[in-house]
Amino acid sequence: MTEWLHPALIMVFGAALLPMLHDTGQKTVSVLVPFLVLLRMLQMDVGSQGQVQFIGVELVLFQADKLSLVFAWVFSIMAVIGNIYAWHINDTGQRVSAFLYIGSAFGVVFAGDWFTLLVAWEVMAFASAYLIFASANRKAVAAGFRYLMVHVAGGVLLFGGIVLHGVQTGSYLVGPLDHGQGGLAYNLILISFMLNAAVPPLSAWLTDAYPEATVTGAVFLSAFTTKTAVYVLIRNYPGAEVLIGFGVAMALYGVVFAVLENDCRRLLGYHIISQVGYMVAAVGMGTEMALNGAASHAFAHILYKGLLFMGVGAVILTTGRRKLTELGGLYRTMPMTVVLYMIGALAISAFPLFSGFVSKSMIISAAAGDHRAAVTLLLTVASSGTFLHTGLKLPYYMFFGKDCGLRPSEPPVNMLLAMGLAALFCIGIGVFPQLLYDLLPYPVDYHPYSGAHITQSLGLLMFTLLAFVLCLRYLDPEKTISLDTDWLYRRGATLFMWFAHHPVLLWEKMVVTLGDGAGLRMLHRLSRASQKVDTHLVDAAVNGVARMAWRCGLLLRQFQTGVVSHYALVMIVGLIVMLVFPLIAALAAP
Amino acid sequence: MIARLVNFFGDDRYKRLRWRLLLLVLFLIVLADVLVPRPHVEHVWDAIPGWSAAFGFISCVAIIFISKFIGHSCGIMRDEDYYD
Repeated sequence: MTEWLHPALIMVFGAALLPMLHDTGQKTVSVLVPFLVLLRMLQMDVGSQGQVQFIGVELVLFQADKLSLVFAWVFSIMAVIGNIYAWHINDTGQRVSAFLYIGSAFGVVFAGDWFTLLVAWEVMAFASAYLIFASANRKAVAAGFRYLMVHVAGGVLLFGGIVLHGVQTGSYLVGPLDHGQGGLAYNLILISFMLNAAVPPLSAWLTDAYPEATVTGAVFLSAFTTKTAVYVLIRNYPGAEVLIGFGVAMALYGVVFAVLENDCRRLLGYHIISQVGYMVAAVGMGTEMALNGAASHAFAHILYKGLLFMGVGAVILTTGRRKLTELGGLYRTMPMTVVLYMIGALAISAFPLFSGFVSKSMIISAAAGDHRAAVTLLLTVASSGTFLHTGLKLPYYMFFGKDCGLRPSEPPVNMLLAMGLAALFCIGIGVFPQLLYDLLPYPVDYHPYSGAHITQSLGLLMFTLLAFVLCLRYLDPEKTISLDTDWLYRRGATLFMWFAHHPVLLWEKMVVTLGDGAGLRMLHRLSRASQKVDTHLVDAAVNGVARMAWRCGLLLRQFQTGVVSHYALVMIVGLIVMLVFPLIAALAAP
Repeated sequence: MIARLVNFFGDDRYKRLRWRLLLLVLFLIVLADVLVPRPHVEHVWDAIPGWSAAFGFISCVAIIFISKFIGHSCGIMRDEDYYD
C-alpha cells in the first residue's frame, strides 16, 4: 500500500492539520511535513504505480518515472526551503494554500491520466491565487482575480482538449501526443500548457500577479506553476517544433521587458519568462540532450529563482518598498542578503561553479549540436541579458547605486537560513553537476567544464559587465509601468464595455423603437386580416360541414318511426325482394 | 568578512581599484580564451578567440538601447497610474 503513498496526500494531510495548530506547533508542522515528503522521495522508485477505477475510467493517480521524479525532487526541496522562509508569518490561510499548491504540483507530476492531471491543475490555480489575495490590498485582490480568470480559462481549454482527445483516441493516459498533430485536441491542450508556462502572448498573468503576492507567497509562486507546465510539455509535447520559436521569442521578450521594469519582483517575473523560454525551446528540439537540458534547467531554475525572490522579498519586508527608483544603498546594513542574492544571480547568469552553468549550457549545446545556429545565438544574447538584469541592474539599483537613505536590518534568521540553503544548492549543483545529471530522464554524456566553455562563458558575462558599467546612465529605472498583453483584459475590457454601452445599446434602442412604431402597427393589421380569414373561411367551412351532418341526421331520423309494424313491413318487403330477385334473374337467364 | 567584501563593491573609495581589477580580469579572460584549446567546435565563430567576449558586449549594448527604444517609442512605458 505505502509503495505508492502519494506525496500530494502527505501535503493535503498537512494542510488539514495546520488549522488545528497555533504558533510554534503550526510553524513546526509547516516545515516538518515537507521534510516527510523529502523522506518519502528517498524511498521512491521508478515504476511505482497506483490505479483506481472510477465510473468505468481507469485513473492512474500515481506513476513515477525518472522525469516525474526529477521534478518531484526539486519540488520537495523547494517545499522545505519555502516553508522555512515563511516560518515567521502568522497566517494560517497562506500556509494551508501553500501546502495545497505544492501538493497539487505533486499531483500534476505524478498524474498518469488526464483527469487526475486536470483536477490537480485546477487545485493548483485556486490554491496559488490565495497567495496573491493574501496581500489584502486593492491592487492585489484585483490582480488575484485576473490571475484566477486567466487560469480558469486555461483550465477550460485543457478540459475541452482532454475530452476531445479521449473521444478521438479512446485513451485518457498522459504521454506524447501525436494523434492528429495540429488537430483541435492537440492544440487546445498545447495552448493551456503554454498559458501556464507563460509563453507570450499568454504570459501577462505572471508579471501582473506575482509582484502583488505576499513576500513569502511569491517564492512559492515562482517555483511551481511554470515548472509544472514545463514538466507537462516535456511529457506530452517533446519535439513539437513550434515550441522552439516560442521559446526563443520568450527568452528575448523577458529580457527586453526587464530593461523597462521598475518593480523588483516584476523584473524577476520577466526573467522567469525568459528562463522558461530556454526550457520551452528545448522541449521543441526534442532530442534527449535537449529534454535533459529542459529538466535540469527547471531543477536549477526553481532553486535560484526561489533564492532571488527570497532576496528581493527580504528587501521588501524590511523596507516596505518595491520600486528600484525608491531603493538603493542597502548594502551597508544588509550584506548577508546581498551575498545570498548574488549567489542566486550568478547561478541564473550561468557563471562557472554555479547551477545555471551546468543546466543552461546543456540546452544551448543541444541547440548547437542540432545545428540550429540562430537559436544558439539568440539564446546566448538572452544569457547576456539575464546577467545584465538579475545580476547587475537589479542588485545595483537595489543594494548599491544612489543611497535612498534607508538603513534596514537583515531579515529574520529563518529567511536567511532558507536563502542559505537555496544558495548551497545553487553552488552544490554547479560544483557537482553529476548529482543532478544522475536524476535526469536520459543518460547524460555532457561535460560542462571544458576549458573553452569556461573562457567563453566568462568572456560573455564579464564583457556584459563592462557594457553595463559603460552604459549605466542609460539604464536608470524610470517611474513607469510597462503595458503588456494584460492590457487587452484590463483596458480592453473597458473598451468592450463602452462598445456594449454605446453602439450595441444604440442599435438595440433603434430596433425597439422601430418595433414599437411601424412594426407593431403592421403586426396589428396582419393579425386583423388573419382573423378575417379565420372567421370567414376556416370557421365557415367547419360550421358548414357540421350543419350538413346535422341535416343528414334529421333526415335519417324520419325513417326511425319507433313503430314495430313499420319495421316488420320493411323486413317483409326485404325478404320478398331477396326471394324474388334471384327468381327473376334465373328466369331471365337464357 | 562578508560585510567587508560587500563594502568593497559599494564604497566609492574603491572605485579606482574596482576598475583596475575589472580590466585585469577582462584581460585575463581574453588571454585565456586565446590560449585555450578548442578540440571540437560546432559553429565557425566558436573557433574565433574572444568571440564570446565581443558578442557579450555587443548583445548587452543592443539589449539596453533596443529595449529602451521599443519602450519609449511604441507606447509601452506609461505613467504608474495608467490603470487607475
